[in-house]
Amino acid sequence: MIPGIIVGVIVVVIGLFLWANYNGLVRLRNQVKNAWAQIDVQLKRRYDLIPNLVETVKGYMKHERETLEAVTKARNLAQQVSSAGAGERAKAEGELSSALSRLLVVVERYPDLKANQNFLALQEELTSTENKISFSRQFYNDSVLKFNNKTHMFPSNVVASMFGFKASEFFEVTLAAEREAPKVSFTQ
Amino acid sequence: MLTIGMGVLLILIGYFLGLAFDSAIAGLVIAILVWVVLSLVAYFQGDSILLSMSRAKKIGPDDHPRLYNVVEEMKIASGLEKMPDIYIIDDPALNAFATGRDPTRASVAITSGLLQKLNRDELQGVIGHEISHVKNRDVLLMAMCSILLGTIVLLAWYGSRLLFFGGMTGSRRSSSRGGGGQGQIIVLLVALVFMILAPIFAQLIYFAISRKREYLADASSALYTRYPEGLASALEKLANSTEQLKSANKATAPMYIVNPFRQKGLKASDLTSTHPPLSERIRILRAMAGASFNDYDQAYRQVQGGKGVIPAASLAAATVPIATIRLEGEAGELNEIQRARETSDVMWRLGNYNTITCDCGAKLRVPPNFKEPSIKCPHCGRTHQI
Repeated sequence: MIPGIIVGVIVVVIGLFLWANYNGLVRLRNQVKNAWAQIDVQLKRRYDLIPNLVETVKGYMKHERETLEAVTKARNLAQQVSSAGAGERAKAEGELSSALSRLLVVVERYPDLKANQNFLALQEELTSTENKISFSRQFYNDSVLKFNNKTHMFPSNVVASMFGFKASEFFEVTLAAEREAPKVSFTQ
Repeated sequence: MLTIGMGVLLILIGYFLGLAFDSAIAGLVIAILVWVVLSLVAYFQGDSILLSMSRAKKIGPDDHPRLYNVVEEMKIASGLEKMPDIYIIDDPALNAFATGRDPTRASVAITSGLLQKLNRDELQGVIGHEISHVKNRDVLLMAMCSILLGTIVLLAWYGSRLLFFGGMTGSRRSSSRGGGGQGQIIVLLVALVFMILAPIFAQLIYFAISRKREYLADASSALYTRYPEGLASALEKLANSTEQLKSANKATAPMYIVNPFRQKGLKASDLTSTHPPLSERIRILRAMAGASFNDYDQAYRQVQGGKGVIPAASLAAATVPIATIRLEGEAGELNEIQRARETSDVMWRLGNYNTITCDCGAKLRVPPNFKEPSIKCPHCGRTHQI
């Protein structure tokens, strides 16, 4: 009788442990997935904005053909690798970011352009999209950190390996590209 | 913990109130009933009541792109599932608040005064603070606490009136029933003391809870934006303003970014009640070495001494670096005059006024009930079709 109760209690405790840890892992994995989807939305938004931007800016910037081409090229490249893994993708997106910020520095030389309402609206959208990309990346990386900790740390790692939860990849923009991005000042 | 303390206080006051009138249970039931009814009203109607009382106007993405974008950025940074509704209050006072019972049904509101005072980084800090009130479910917590407080005050007020006017007859009746006269007087005394003290204690507890949530919201804002200086410099601007919000509500004061009830002429930093002093909040934010909760906790201990403010469960081991390179820089940043124009354009449009910009530079605001087909510019005399 008594051994039976003890065995029963142990089974229940193990069951509860599995249940709680499994659900926790699933919740975090979904959070990681959602966060990744969010980055995707923002990157796509940026692909859509760039042709508009280049079109608006072209008329004003006769002598900046190279800068504009670099932006367009970086955009197309980034779009091509958009189905690749986080690592490769981050590299292409980092390059696009720095090409864009070079363009925004050049804009400084064109006061007419800076007075253009259309351009100002586009610039706000672009600034905000850059922010959204870095915030969604930040949230994604935080989620990945939490998820990976849970898959590596005892005791939840036991459950993780039992049900095949694999650690996720961080979305790191290459540091070099980030450091290149200059602080742009548009105040006269 | 403190919330439970307030609940206990409510139950005790109901109990003693009832005891003083021969039925402890009835007092309890009344206390809880009042609380439940008020809570239900607040839960289902609270946000719409508050927003309509402060005459807030809802905006869409095209009305004020910058504000809408900043809110969306903070929504993404905090991992909130749903985009909150955004409102602008036409008021020169500097303030902002969040409301809504849960993260899927939330709103943030900002005064037009604050909107034109803040640059993008500062706006981000303030919105981050408000979004974290939503994310941490502070809105619901503080609403429940303020109703608890309100119920306690209400009961104590009625109780003391009843004791004062009805107490004499009541005690004579029970002493004529024989025995227990002495006990009755003691109970009455305890009830009286309680009725005086309970509201005061409840108020103090309430303030303590509110201040804690403010610190947590500041810490969350720094974590979301990775840039504590943005919020710090916004708070500095708020601290230097003496303008009072016209349409603030006492029950929701903890939801504002600074206490809306400061005395006229006093600076916002001088009052402590529902919010910690602004100067202190600024000093903590500026003392942060990184942007994580840990860094905030350390900065708090450094400025305040004693224990930290962040609940132990939220403390993660890692420190997060502060963003030093802001990718967007100050690109396309408007100055204060431009922001003021932008905001007033939005406010006129939300009031259904038609704005016509004349070639001479004058802006004509045409009211919605204007019936004529054309209008003459009073400045240069050109005629405009409507």
